[in-house]
Amino acid sequence: MTYSLFSLAREALRGHTGWKPAWRDAAPKPEYDVLIVGGGGHGLASAYYLAKEHGITNVAVLEKSYIGSGNAGRNTTIIRSNYLLPGNERFYEKSMQLWEGLEQDFNYNAMVSQRGVLNLYHSDAQRDQYARRGNSMRLHGVDAELLDEAGVRAMYPFFDYANARFPIRGGLLQRRGGTARHDAVAWGFARGADSRGVDIVQNCEVTGIDVVGGRAVGVQTTRGTIRAKKIGLVCAGSTSRVASLAGLRLPIESHVLQAFVSEGIKPLIDGVITYGAGHFYVSQSDKGGLVFGGDIDGYNSYAQRGSLPVVEDVMESGMALMPAVGRLRVLRQWGGVMDMSMDGSPIIDRTPIEGLYLNAGWCYGGFKATPASGWCFAHTIARDEPHYINSLMRLDRFATGALLDERGAGATPNLH
Amino acid sequence: MRIPCPHCGERGNEEFFYLGAAGLQRPAADASADAWHDYVYQRDNPFGTHKELWQHVNGCRRWLVVTRDTRTHAIAAAEDAAGAPA
Repeated sequence: MTYSLFSLAREALRGHTGWKPAWRDAAPKPEYDVLIVGGGGHGLASAYYLAKEHGITNVAVLEKSYIGSGNAGRNTTIIRSNYLLPGNERFYEKSMQLWEGLEQDFNYNAMVSQRGVLNLYHSDAQRDQYARRGNSMRLHGVDAELLDEAGVRAMYPFFDYANARFPIRGGLLQRRGGTARHDAVAWGFARGADSRGVDIVQNCEVTGIDVVGGRAVGVQTTRGTIRAKKIGLVCAGSTSRVASLAGLRLPIESHVLQAFVSEGIKPLIDGVITYGAGHFYVSQSDKGGLVFGGDIDGYNSYAQRGSLPVVEDVMESGMALMPAVGRLRVLRQWGGVMDMSMDGSPIIDRTPIEGLYLNAGWCYGGFKATPASGWCFAHTIARDEPHYINSLMRLDRFATGALLDERGAGATPNLH
Repeated sequence: MRIPCPHCGERGNEEFFYLGAAGLQRPAADASADAWHDYVYQRDNPFGTHKELWQHVNGCRRWLVVTRDTRTHAIAAAEDAAGAPA
């Protein structure tokens, strides 16, 4: 069924009795051409682009819970392509371009809203750094504008500009950045993959990976053995656990990241704002709640909940930026498990095991990457080699030294 | 999360600095590139019991080896790193 104004009108006239489920809840078959382990946004996007771009439709997505139950449903929904390093910027810009055509492409309302992403700077040195990043973006053909204080004041008059310690001097603006509806992204990719023949298998946890003679040939699951010619791991915070089933040890630590939603208020923030003197980012949902977050808690964790010191730190940063939020109540707070890589950048690559592919290391920037992650991973699996766009996101870069360390923090996963 | 410092008693984790997995053995300077790659970048990242290094920077400043469950954050032991087995 294609969603359109016509289909909406038709269903409205017959009492919405004709809508079909957007995807089948499939039972696993004994064998597939490609298995995608992990039914989050990236896994579903991988299956979608395998079918759409490469004609590989004998594919199953295996999800241990329900699709989108992990970080796809736990993020702060920001999309942007404002990176410095060439290996990252071309990838995130590919993602931004896919976001721009995504809803027409998979015929689903993902509520992509290019409301602008503004990174604030607070010192001359930080302005220089942002100018450098903006120039790098423009050299990649990406939009970037460096605003002075007056430019930021015109957009957001209510910041604490004269803050004694961290006055706001200006910002780097990417107008094409914005937000998207996180759950709808997972559902749209699921529907698009399913309609092309992909099986979406939920409540199916992978408990073993069968490797014969250095080649992955199938998986053991809670719903039986499934054989496959190729297997892609897209497991976010559970990456180390699942990869260890094939004997792989990875440059990844799992850390918990918290996010928050305030009570709903009238329109206040019409874009995405990031504070430059602490770790704080905020936007306003269409329901009116402020959606915001900050740093990871900073220690290894698989618990989907955080601790109070980081809650305090996030609130303090928010108060320093815009004291008006002190009048708001926080409605909800939650945590997700991040696959923090050792240089802060992702991995989309083959592995030393034939037929086993890895998509991981998203740190806490995975949501914006969802379309390009799936697009590049599908290419890597289908062609057995990375695309140019993800050709620097290699697993062996930690051994060769060709790191993608955007922040220059070194092998410290809790500082990226 | 509260960490039972063997010198200062139970304190909030915001008093501590987290380094990461304990027990990583620094290779000799002339060890192979593989050995250095393993030491610097590769991690077990266990789902469950994790031995890890915390420094009580806002307390006794001692380095501790903390045994903690990464699923629940429950702490089974916290020992001074100088006396802890590797």
